[in-house]
Formats: sequence, C-alpha cells, structure tokens
Amino acid sequence: MELLRFATAGSVDDGKSTLIGRLLLDSKQIFEDQLEAVERTSREKGFDYTNLALLTDGLRAEREQGITIDVAYRYFATPSRKFIIADTPGHVQYTRNMVTGASTADLALILVDARNGVVEQSRRHAVIASLLQVRHLVLCVNKMDLVDYDEAVFDRTCADFSEWASKLDITDLAFIPVSALHGDNVTQHSPNLSWYGGPTLLHHLEHLYIGSDRNLIDSRFPVQWVVRPMSDKFHDYRGYAGQVAGGIFRPGDEVLVLPSGLTSTISAIDLYGGTVHEAMSPDSVTIRLEDDIDISRGDMICRPQNAPTVTQELDAMLCWFSEKPLQENAKYALKHTTRSVRAVVRNLHYRLDVNSLHRDETTGSLGMNDMGRVSLRVTAPLFVDEYRRNRTTGSFILIDEGTNETVGAGMILGTGD
Amino acid sequence: MTDVAVSHLDELEAESIHIMREVAAEFERPVLLFSGGKDSAVMLKVAEKAFWPARIPFPLMHVDTGHNFEEVLDFRDRRVAELGLEIVVASVQESIDAGRVTEDKGPKAIRNRLQSVTLLDAIESNGFDAVFGGGRRDEDKARAKERVYSFRDEFGQWDPKNQRPELWNLYNGRHKKGEHIRVFPISNWTEMDVWQYIAREAIELPSIYYAHRREVFLRDGMLLALTPYVTVLENEEVIEMTVRFRTVGDATCTGAVESPATNPEDVIIEVAASRITERGATRADDKFADAAMEDRKKEGYF
Repeated sequence: MELLRFATAGSVDDGKSTLIGRLLLDSKQIFEDQLEAVERTSREKGFDYTNLALLTDGLRAEREQGITIDVAYRYFATPSRKFIIADTPGHVQYTRNMVTGASTADLALILVDARNGVVEQSRRHAVIASLLQVRHLVLCVNKMDLVDYDEAVFDRTCADFSEWASKLDITDLAFIPVSALHGDNVTQHSPNLSWYGGPTLLHHLEHLYIGSDRNLIDSRFPVQWVVRPMSDKFHDYRGYAGQVAGGIFRPGDEVLVLPSGLTSTISAIDLYGGTVHEAMSPDSVTIRLEDDIDISRGDMICRPQNAPTVTQELDAMLCWFSEKPLQENAKYALKHTTRSVRAVVRNLHYRLDVNSLHRDETTGSLGMNDMGRVSLRVTAPLFVDEYRRNRTTGSFILIDEGTNETVGAGMILGTGD
Repeated sequence: MTDVAVSHLDELEAESIHIMREVAAEFERPVLLFSGGKDSAVMLKVAEKAFWPARIPFPLMHVDTGHNFEEVLDFRDRRVAELGLEIVVASVQESIDAGRVTEDKGPKAIRNRLQSVTLLDAIESNGFDAVFGGGRRDEDKARAKERVYSFRDEFGQWDPKNQRPELWNLYNGRHKKGEHIRVFPISNWTEMDVWQYIAREAIELPSIYYAHRREVFLRDGMLLALTPYVTVLENEEVIEMTVRFRTVGDATCTGAVESPATNPEDVIIEVAASRITERGATRADDKFADAAMEDRKKEGYF
C-alpha cells in the first residue's frame, strides 16, 4: 500500500476541522471513545453541535483558546492508500507551522469558503505550497450548501484561483466542490452536485499519481553512519549507512565520493541480513564499496557524471521562525543533509510578502514568520542541489548557537550572488 | 524492471532507521526504552536493522514499576540476551524506598505517574542525552503534536507551546548539559502499521498479546488481571475469560480485552474492526482527564 502525505491549511471557519473529521469518520478512523469524549466536551462547553475541531486540537491551550496553534499529525487509511495528514493552522502568525507541515507533503489541500471565494489566506497557502515545492495542490471549495450548490459560484472561484496560481510554481492543480458538513462529495458523490463530473475528494486523494514525484535521476547518498561491526564474523566489514536522497544505486555502479573526489564501485547494498539489487529514495540501506577509501559521516556518495554542486556560497529562500529577527552578518549553525557547519548571513536581498508576492528590498531583517531571499557563506563545503530539483539536498535549517533553537529553514536557489 | 512503488511499511521503516542513525551519530549517550511491549519490540527490530551487521550501538532501559506480567519480563530478558546488549533497569520500588516519590494509598492506587521521577533520575544518573521512546502520534491528541525529536529541559519537562519546528528529515538535537532529547522514531506509525510490521517481520511478542485464559475482574469499565499487586474490592467478581492485551504497561492499570486472536493475523483483523482506541480501551491512566497525557508528558513522562 502506498503512503500519501498531505498538508491542510486553514482555520476552523473554513470548515477544515469538519472536513478532516468527515474524512476520518467516513473512513472509520475516529473511534467511539474519541467521539464520546468530543461529544461530552461539546455539551459541557454549551455548543449546539458536536465540535469536530476538538478532535484535532490536542493541546490544553488550543482547546482553551479555541484555536489551532501547532501542526497535528493525523492518520487514516482506505483499502488503496494510507494517508498522513499534517494539519496546520492557517493564520499568518503560524506561517512557520504551515511551512513545517508542507515540507514533507506530497499534496496541499487548500480550503475556501464558497461564500467568500479566494481570500488572502488562500493565496498565502498557495504561495507557501509553491515555495515548498508541494507537487500537487487541491483547492477544495467548501460550504457549497450555503450557496445553493451553485455551479457558477464554483466556476468563479476556480477562475480566480487559477489566475493567481499562474504566477506560482505549481504543476498539478485540482478543484473540488464539497460540503464537509453534509458530506457532499467528500467520500461520496452527491446529487446536489450533479453538474460536477469530477472525482470526490477521497477518490482524488486515493488515485493521484505520485510515482514520478521522486527524483530517480540524480543519485545522492548522504552518509549518516559508518558500520564497522568489529566482530569475528564480520571482521573486515565496512559499510556506509544512509537514506537514499535521489536516483537509483545498484551494485556495480561507479560512484564518486565527496568531498574527497575519489571514485570506486559499489560492491554490495545491504539491508538487514541480506543484499538488495537496487536502492532508491526513500530506502535506508548500507552501501559497501570495492575500494578501501576514507569516508565518514557528512560525505556524499554520487555518480561521477552527475554530482551535486560543491559550494560554500548559498543563495536561498529562507523562512524565519524566531522572535529574534534575522540580521545581516549574523552567524548560525547550519544543518544540511548529514553535514553540520556554521553560516554567516552575507546579504538579505528582500523580504517576500506572502500575501501579495511583493518584494520588499528595503528591509534589513526578517521577523518571525517572514520569508526572504538571502546569501549565506558557510565554513565548509556543502554538496547541494537546487531545492526544485531535490528536496533533501536542497534544504537546510539554521540553529541559534546560543539557545539551540531552530530559527530558520532554507530552500536552496543556487550558489552565491 | 525497477519497481518504483513503495509500500507504506517500507517507507515508515526507512524513516525510523534514518532517525535512529542520526541519533547514534549525533549524541554522546543514547538509550532505548524497552518495556517488552509491542511498540518497543518493533522499535528494537528497527534498531537491529539500522546498524546490522553491527550490534545496536546503545544500551536499553526498562522503567520497572514492580507490577509486571511475568511473561513480559521473560521476554525482555530473552531479547536482551539474544542481542548481547546492556540493559539498565530503573526501579520505581527503589524510588519509593528511597523516599523520592510517595505512593498513593488505597486499593485503586497505581504507580504509573510515579514512573516519571524514576525515569528522569535514571536519565540523569546515567548521563543519557537521547532517549528513544516507542510513542506514536495516533495514540493521543497531545502526542499528535509532539515532534520526533522532543526537547526536555534540565527538569525533564516538555513545553508543548515552545517546540522546535521540524522540517524535512533535518532533526535538531542540540542541547545543553543536563538537558536531553526524547526521540520517537515510530511517531508516524499507527497501531495497524505496528501489527502489520509484526506480522511481516515475524517479530516475537510476549505471549499475553495473544488470546489466553486468565482470571480477570471488571473495574471502571476495564478488565483487569488478577495479580498479586491488586486488591479486589467486595463488589468486584473475579471470572476466568479468554483475553489478550492490546497494550502492556503496569499490571494494575492495563486492561485486557476479550479476544480469540492467537496470532498477528487475527489481531490485524480485530484492530481493523475495533471501534475503540487501544488506550481508551485498556489504559486507566489515560482516563483521568482530557489532557491526562499532556499533563504527564509535561512532567517528564514517556
């Protein structure tokens, strides 16, 4: 069974929680004791209806304030697919949570209220999905019951959104009309939407083709750990453990090791108790080479004709998470694949307004939840690809060396100015 | 022909292996919490795979409430011996005897909450800086919001409102002396995934996970096992039934379910049909309040 990870963004008002509740209920992932607890709390709080948002708002503070403040992960499965939902809050002050949820998502689900159409928040969600290179986007036009299931309303919303989306880097966009409250077109077709000829939301999620989303071209293997058993049975064993970050590796392949620049040939690929004939993303394996060369954690195994860029200069789009603003010339710890280095912010080119796409070039800093383009210099070479080409070798995080907090996330655009 | 479809179990396993190798590489002294329960058995199997053919490069730890099912202790000791690993047993009884914690009084008193103190003391005295736990996000609402790398301050506390953002597969394990990171490598697995993996990998579990005859009694809607650690009240009736356990914890607060399932395949069918979560059905410790898990986690619980 295949796994699909998707991120949802929006607020309670959009009916996001109701929609997720509906998906979980209809796929029988909500259990009686959970539903009972939610019904009991709803009664105690004096709601007229069972507030399905209580299922997803897990922290005391969230329930007290009636808002979602953090990413929650939800799980459900149908006979054809298993799903992981990164359920993220939609308000602008939680952009960082949305970015977090989108970073591992195959698909982003953006909800709009049919009565309001495409609003600033929907546009922001689309921009973030595009920046994070979420390949598939679904615009769910919810609350169709409140506009009398009017096809013209749906068409207008789709047209509005398409116009905006054309400015973004989005490869696959689908539009689906639903009423989460009544269950129209969520998991089952509805006579109320008989003019709509497309799939239900669940059908779309189940059948979306994600097989070609992985990069099977550029072979990348960041070494995590050197396996040396030092036992009698495996006396001379030396293997390089890691998770394939792109391409396909096979025994017999000639490989290049960075930063040493030495080449060798793969003698075997091990996976607990045996060998495999190939490994590709996201397999976690151990690679053995024919030659005894010096390789350690942080090194990269790739192909001689297709290597990542070796650089100490990075040009990146950065999302800032910390209350303490990003300043030019500030220094941070940087983690990229399995390599940790230090970085200095040489230049902040602009702050991107994620609502309007306006570039503010006068800014000298990035505040919490801001996004902007920066140039960095790092203390040791990194082996990078453009984020568009490879999410793993194209991403990094910045860490404050004083507080140890994760303060920023970067998507590599290129190398240097 | 290259088969590019990835099974969800392979993908989850690969993610968990990646996490364990990151921890082994970046921390001074990791430890893996091993209770003998199914989640820790799965975690241990993943650890075996992550470092094979080398031995797992960290010790195990069991927080022992003293209220154990014998079958679980036997299983624990057998697995530890098979893998040739060191195990630290942190004893709640010793914490009580040393006056570090005070046990609740009365026939319904349980030791679950006391474990946090024993656990934190053991982490500190052994100098562990990363602690692998078998927690899963599908278990509880508070867990659903917890990071894979969950930072704990010098008091072992979790601050749910101040968690580090966690993106891609880049984990930030940096911490100061005295602080530590709880690591949940099987965060993204569900109860169903765990059972499917147990079936696929033929992972051995303590026998109490499968149907057996046992003397039980009904308390607060749960079937509790008759053990030397519980006092049966006057209005409670002990009966013999065919039961199994969905989770395994302290024997005084872990409930059994009536079940004929004798192997993982039977259990999978049962889990698929179940309408009650595993914790709701069988854990008295989670029934106290809506935020029971969140409150315990803030204090340093698993």
